[in-house]
Amino acid sequence: MQLSTRHLLGIKDLNKEDIQLILSTAEQFKEVLQRPVKKVPSLRDVTIVNLFYENSTRTRFSFELAEKRLSADTINFAASTSSAAKGETLLDTVQNILSMKVDMVVMRHSASGAPHFLAQHIPAAIINAGDGINEHPTQALLDAFSIREKTAKIEGKNIAIIGDIMHSRVAQSNIYLLKKMGAKVTVCGPPTLIPKYIGEALGVNVSYNLRETLEWCDVANVLRIQLERQNQVLFSSLREYSLTYGINRQLLDSLNKEIVIMHPGPINRGVELDSDVADSKQSIILQQVENGVAVRMAVLYLLSGSKSAGN
Amino acid sequence: MQVLLSSQQLSDTIHKLAGQLAGHHKSTEDVVFVGIQQGGVMVADEMMKHLEQLYPGKTLQYGQLDITFYRDDIRKEILAPDVMNLPFSIENKTVILIDDVLFTGRTIKAALDALLDYGRPAKVELCVLVDRKEHRQFPIQADYTGAILHTSKADKVKLVKNETGNKEVVLIVA
Repeated sequence: MQLSTRHLLGIKDLNKEDIQLILSTAEQFKEVLQRPVKKVPSLRDVTIVNLFYENSTRTRFSFELAEKRLSADTINFAASTSSAAKGETLLDTVQNILSMKVDMVVMRHSASGAPHFLAQHIPAAIINAGDGINEHPTQALLDAFSIREKTAKIEGKNIAIIGDIMHSRVAQSNIYLLKKMGAKVTVCGPPTLIPKYIGEALGVNVSYNLRETLEWCDVANVLRIQLERQNQVLFSSLREYSLTYGINRQLLDSLNKEIVIMHPGPINRGVELDSDVADSKQSIILQQVENGVAVRMAVLYLLSGSKSAGN
Repeated sequence: MQVLLSSQQLSDTIHKLAGQLAGHHKSTEDVVFVGIQQGGVMVADEMMKHLEQLYPGKTLQYGQLDITFYRDDIRKEILAPDVMNLPFSIENKTVILIDDVLFTGRTIKAALDALLDYGRPAKVELCVLVDRKEHRQFPIQADYTGAILHTSKADKVKLVKNETGNKEVVLIVA
């Protein structure tokens, strides 16, 4: 069984079988990570560049660890300390790196579509680690893996995505994935942070009422309020946001059931999530991070086969 | 497709191998049994039933090993992995690896690589249902062999389930 695609540019391009293959392969990699030697030799003939044009801690470390645990050789590129700062174009940078015999590219870029552009011009397999406000496919895959681990399956589950849906690539990738896997999805947040036609366009419910959404859902995936967007006047103040859309203990305890809390990180404690929610046993935030490595190992492993086709 | 071992012969062979294993290991204290996915696990599943009778009252430690991530021809084709399940320590134990067909020896080499990532066993023994001896590419031999088969290299020997659901070993001529 093989993936239907050579690159992982977005969940949009995957079919249900691809997603299932990645998740079941990730289960085996999770087992690898429990062993005394947390490493397999599968990618020892593969060289991977991590190309990060945008800041990242979790995702970059997670990819790097996944690569090392597959025995791949890795090089890291951060735009701020490279020739990109001297004005080199994306394509030039990548072609220079590839001329040093690199097989796979993991990339994060602030421009939506940057990995898609690259995929049309270079032979290496490309994995999107987040592009602008478009997609963050490995985050959606690790979220799905974590939901499946916690609730046994995704199909038929009620999943809420709460917060800044407008600017969130995590939200978009999650919606694509959850819909493909047969979950029901509600997006919830202030009207200014939810795209107007998202309901019809992506087949999700839209709610502006946090309590109603939490009453409905089995799992709440709470997004980060992007503090850098505060000056765009999309909501009055952090305090107001937190009072209307922040999740605290009292609110969770007043629900008639126990829901699962997720967050892709980094958390703004006291804004979208209170500490006594983020650190509670209802939260699977740290499991998400742990699962991220196994899921990224699965993606890298399954796409590494396209090496010979490319070179 | 030619049947090399009928389901009856297969079952007799597994029974015989279980007897040899039990003859060699008076106690199961420091012994663990590991089937290699997928054919080896099919053999080992059945072998364990015999072994449980040969060691009455003892709890035997049995696991399954998947070599997908350790294959040396991984770049030819990326395969989805099978379940890996070694729910016990192999440190200082005698590990009995069980496989269906011993052919080039490459699977066993990969299995040894995988096994050593779980710890340092005192000893590893190899038990195979059938041995295609003349095609070995690595210096690997079995300690317990059910049957030796003379085949040509391009042929395939497989443990399969037939239409009636019984397992048998078949030869697929290239």
